[in-house]
Amino acid sequence: MEKAKGAGELLAILENNSKLTPEALGLMLDRDAGEVRGIIADLEAEGVILGYKTMIDWDKTDREYVSALIELRISPQEGRGYEHVAQKIYGYPEVESLYLMSGSFDLAVLIEGKTMREVAFFAAEKLATIDGVLSMSTHFVLRKYKDKGIVFGSAPTDERGNMN
Amino acid sequence: MDYDKVIPEKISSLKPSGIRKFFDIVSTMKDTVSLTIGEPDFVTPWHIRAAGIESLEKGKTYYTSNSGLADLREAIADYLGRRFSLSYDPGSEIVVTVGGSEAIDITMRSLVAPGDEVIIPEPAFVCYEPICRLCGGEPVIINTREEDRFKLTADALRAAITPKTKLLVLPFPNNPTGAIMEKADLEAIAEVLRGTDIMVLSDEIYAELTYGQDHVSAASIDGMRERTVLASGFSKAFAMTGWRLGYIAAPRQIAKQLLKIHQYALMCAPTASQFAAIEAMRAGDGDVETMRAEYNRRRRFIVGGLQTMGIDCFMPQGTFYVFPNISKFGMGSDEFCERLLRENKVAIVPGGAFGESGEGFARISYAYSVEHIAVALDRIDSFIKKL
Repeated sequence: MEKAKGAGELLAILENNSKLTPEALGLMLDRDAGEVRGIIADLEAEGVILGYKTMIDWDKTDREYVSALIELRISPQEGRGYEHVAQKIYGYPEVESLYLMSGSFDLAVLIEGKTMREVAFFAAEKLATIDGVLSMSTHFVLRKYKDKGIVFGSAPTDERGNMN
Repeated sequence: MDYDKVIPEKISSLKPSGIRKFFDIVSTMKDTVSLTIGEPDFVTPWHIRAAGIESLEKGKTYYTSNSGLADLREAIADYLGRRFSLSYDPGSEIVVTVGGSEAIDITMRSLVAPGDEVIIPEPAFVCYEPICRLCGGEPVIINTREEDRFKLTADALRAAITPKTKLLVLPFPNNPTGAIMEKADLEAIAEVLRGTDIMVLSDEIYAELTYGQDHVSAASIDGMRERTVLASGFSKAFAMTGWRLGYIAAPRQIAKQLLKIHQYALMCAPTASQFAAIEAMRAGDGDVETMRAEYNRRRRFIVGGLQTMGIDCFMPQGTFYVFPNISKFGMGSDEFCERLLRENKVAIVPGGAFGESGEGFARISYAYSVEHIAVALDRIDSFIKKL
C-alpha cells in the first residue's frame, strides 16, 4: 500500500479517465512519463488498481439487456460470517456487484442478464437455493440515470459561444 | 434615415472586439477543434444551481435592493476577508453587479471624465480601452513584456504617469497572458502611486485561479485600499458565467457614486443569481479547489505539450489561458491563427486581439478536457512541422 499513499491525485485522474497515457499523465502531474508508468505498474501489482472498464449505455445498442438489484437476507455461518455465502454468489459471472449492507437486508446483488425471465430464473434457481439465504427481494432496473458519476443520456455538447 | 448622422462618432468609431472578428471566422468552419473559449467548461456546481432554483420555487422573483441582497453582500465581505485578508463594510462598500463586466463599466464611468488618462497594461482583456473612450478618457497603453513575465513594472508605470492620469487598470491575473502580480510587484506599484490621487481599477475576476501561490489582492497592499476599486465576480471561480453576477468592493465614497449609475442602468443584479451566489460564497470553496486542481493539471499538460513541440511558452501562473510565443514562425498572429484554422482546423485567438504587445503571441484556452486539448496539440504539431 506504500505506493498508493502518494498516488492519490494519479488515482483520482485514472478513476475518471483510464484512457490517458503515461505521457499525458506525466505532463499533468509534472512527473516523468516513465515514473508514472512505474507507479501504475506498482499499483496494479499491489491490487490497488484492479482493472479498467468502459462505461456503456447498452440501451443505445441492439443488445438485449436487463439488470436487477436483489436484496438478500442471510443467516451468517459460525466462524465465517457472510464470507462463505458471498463467495458462492460473486463466483457467478452474472453477478456484476455484491455488497454487504447495513439495514434491513444483508447482501445487495447487482446482476445482469439478457431478459427479465433469465434474471428471474437465476435469482430463483441459483441464489435462493444457496444455504444460508433466508429471503430474497428482486427489483428490476427500469432506467439507469447515472452510474459511477456518469450521467446517462445524450452525449454532452459544448454550447459555450462567447470567446471573451 | 441617415444612420451615419444618428450614431454618435464615438460609438461608430469603436472597433469591434478582435476576438469576435476571429470567432465569426471560426463559426463558419466545420470539424474545428477550438481552444478559444474564455469561460469554464464546468457546469455550475449543483448545490449552487439548486439554491437559485429554490429561490424561484419560493417565488423570490422581485427586485433586490440596488446594491444587492444584504445576505449576499455580507457573504462577499466575509469571503474577501477569508480568502484575501480584505475588510469591507457590506452596508456601504460592496455593490453587487451584473457580472464583472458591469463592475468594470460603472467603475470607469464613475471615475473617468473627458480628458482623463487611463493607464492600461496590455495584453489585456478587450473592454478597458473602449469603455475608457466612451467616457471621453484617453487610454495610455503600457506594453508588458514576456521577459518581465507580462507583469506591470514600477518603472513602466512611472514613465506613463502624467498630471492627467486618473486611473490605473490592474488586470491581474491576466487574460490573455496568465500573468499574475505577486506581493512584491504590487508593493512596487503602490510605492509609485503613493502620494498621488490616481485611482486603481483592480480586475480580479480570475483571483481564484492561480497556481502554486495564492492571489494577492491589490487592495490588500499598504496604501492601496483607499485608491482601489476591486472588481470581481462569480463567473470564473464558480463556473457561473451565465448567471451574470459580479461585485465591486470599494471605499464608500466611491461605492456610493457608482451605485447611482448601477441603480439607473440596471436597477439590480438578477435575484435568482444572487441567491445562488450566496450559496457559492458560503459553501463553494471545495468546488473552487476541485476546479483549480483540474485547470492546473491541464495547464501543465498544455504548456508541456507546446514546449515538447518546440513552441516557446511562458508558464502562466493564473487564469485558464496560455500565451505561447509564435514569433519564430515568421508571420503575424492573425496570419498564424488563420492558417492554423484553415489548414489544420484548430482555433486559437491571435495575440494581437489583446493589444499591440500581444502581437507575436496567441491565446490558447485550457477550459477544455485533456482529450480535446490533446487532439488540438497534435494538429498544431502537424501545422508547425509544415512551416
